[in-house]
Amino acid sequence: MSISNQAKGVRRALTRNWGRRTVIGIPYLFLILLFTVPFLVVLKISVSETEGIRFQDLMSYADGVVQLKIKLSNFIFLSTDSLYVQTYGSSIKFATFNTLICLAIGYPFAYFMARSPANIRPALLMLVSLPFWTSYLLRVYAWKGLLDDHGVFNNLLIWLHLIDEPIKMMHTGFSMTIGMVYAYLPFMILPLYANLVKMDLRLIEAAKDLGATPWKTFWLVTVPLSKSGIIAGSMLVFIPSMGEYVIPELLGGPSTLMIGRVLWDEFFSNNDWAMASAVAVTMVGLILVPLAIFNKYQADTGGVRGV
Amino acid sequence: MQQSKQNTVGQAGDASFVRIDRLTKRFDEVAAVDDVSIDIRKGEIFALLGSSGCGKSTLLRMLAGFETPTTGKIFLDGAEISKLPPYERTINMMFQSYALFPHLTVAENIAFGLKRDRMPKDRIAERVDAMLNIVQLKPYAKRKPHQLSGGQQQRVALARCLAKSPKLLLLDEPLGALDRKLREQTQFELHNIIKKVGVTCVLVTHDQEEAITMADRIAVMNSGSFLQVGQPHEIYETPNCRFVADFIGNVNLFDGVIVGDEPDHCVVETAQGKLYVGHGITGNLGMEVSVALRPEKIELQRAAPSDREFNCLAGSIVDSGYFGRFSLYKVALAGGKRLQVAITHSQRHGELFQRGEEVFASWLPDSLVVLTS
Repeated sequence: MSISNQAKGVRRALTRNWGRRTVIGIPYLFLILLFTVPFLVVLKISVSETEGIRFQDLMSYADGVVQLKIKLSNFIFLSTDSLYVQTYGSSIKFATFNTLICLAIGYPFAYFMARSPANIRPALLMLVSLPFWTSYLLRVYAWKGLLDDHGVFNNLLIWLHLIDEPIKMMHTGFSMTIGMVYAYLPFMILPLYANLVKMDLRLIEAAKDLGATPWKTFWLVTVPLSKSGIIAGSMLVFIPSMGEYVIPELLGGPSTLMIGRVLWDEFFSNNDWAMASAVAVTMVGLILVPLAIFNKYQADTGGVRGV
Repeated sequence: MQQSKQNTVGQAGDASFVRIDRLTKRFDEVAAVDDVSIDIRKGEIFALLGSSGCGKSTLLRMLAGFETPTTGKIFLDGAEISKLPPYERTINMMFQSYALFPHLTVAENIAFGLKRDRMPKDRIAERVDAMLNIVQLKPYAKRKPHQLSGGQQQRVALARCLAKSPKLLLLDEPLGALDRKLREQTQFELHNIIKKVGVTCVLVTHDQEEAITMADRIAVMNSGSFLQVGQPHEIYETPNCRFVADFIGNVNLFDGVIVGDEPDHCVVETAQGKLYVGHGITGNLGMEVSVALRPEKIELQRAAPSDREFNCLAGSIVDSGYFGRFSLYKVALAGGKRLQVAITHSQRHGELFQRGEEVFASWLPDSLVVLTS
């Protein structure tokens, strides 16, 4: 190879690197602009002093002195007021409950989808994602019509003479859980399916060959190997359920306190932006950061190469 | 298959430790395995050899229990196993991809089958240890499979199969995933371990060299049936049909008709002249046959040999390849037929033939085999 050819090769490699950087850079830029910056704004509001309707700057400079003012009263109030503590607890409870139910229903669902004949899998996948074609709000609202005192279920049960009085289903933990599971089930099924469908079936055969019954094979091979799918699905269900607003608002009741509704109240009823921001920042700090660390730990140690 | 009728079910001797009885497997009316019967001796390494799609893997999977036979039966040590699920058979299989559990360590992989037998913990540890010693992987017990080389993974897979002391060991292309150098070394190692353990073994391969070096007996398969079953040297030196002769090693084939048939020899008239074959045949004059001649059984000389009346043809060298141990020549005969000739370099400074040289190719009558199908 002549020197000029080599130079051309180097130049080509450089431009290729630029192309690569641009491709990686665009999503990063996107996330910085639309996630990091807004979060920093919210963080700033949560520790700012209010002055009428304006927020004071955190830093001020006067007479050669730089002043940094961080107001922590919102956070102190948050940790002492039982409403907030309870709401966080109840949000975690409902989100955990929702995740577990989604996993219990979604795993067998995804398993049989992944093991069904290859030619009908696209159709099954289509059916799972079909609900996304109608409005989320509409779908959640439709449950009202089903679960109401004079809704489809109660009418049906009365018509069958199984009950005399309508059962109170709406605005309870029951109605909210149904709505949450219904809304988030696809987010559990899809990552699980993606994981299970590419599992090496020879491992299943190897387990059976070594004397494991189908039930043992499932628990000793299939489940451990689908761990990353279980984690991905659980994250996709748990995290948005924590901050869910629409379902508690439409299907929940006084007993189903969720962080999303408290946020809404702080922002729009109380107009206390600083408090609302503090609630949001605390949620990120308390729940999402530990989850992110756990996720990274999983990827570092528990990750199984080649699966 | 005459002697297989003598043994009755339940008291199968060592000669029919594994008996495959008229086994057929159809997928959508296409027979992948077509009415196959064979008896396998205890302690024997039996190879199923054939190209892809010949049904050898289907046959192996039926032995393992992953496929159910359409018709026919399989017996192991006198008991019918054709309908048992894989986890109830005392048979273990080494998969071509090894199928090691990626979430378990080497030791846990080997212990997997033992735990299923509810073996006490200390005995499992003992057994795993013994297995690791056999395959010389003691220092790697705590590693995960992805931290091992291909050859080491293969040995873990073997240890995992042998740990349960199966009555029958199945090997699916045992060396297929290894590179060439490693394959030659592993071949002997694998053979030694299997022989030391003394387990009966059925192996599937498309590689004739693997079958010849590893197996006590080989069955050459094509489109679902056995073409020939025999010891490696029988298959190589006395193939019973064109397919087997062609599949195992290199071969020169001459087409012709029988013009002379005596008890101790026969003569075949071919386009290249008369070939004098050193064995009699069961056939009649005028029958169309093929005559097989292995390249290494041919001699090349520059002058016409004076002592050969038959089996000597003149030609010129059109291609040559030097392989170190031997040279491979292509000799063009009169009429255009190409003859492959392998000449072993028994002397360091032996003279090589050059392209374009006129030579005489000759061979002994005993080197020729008449193939009637």
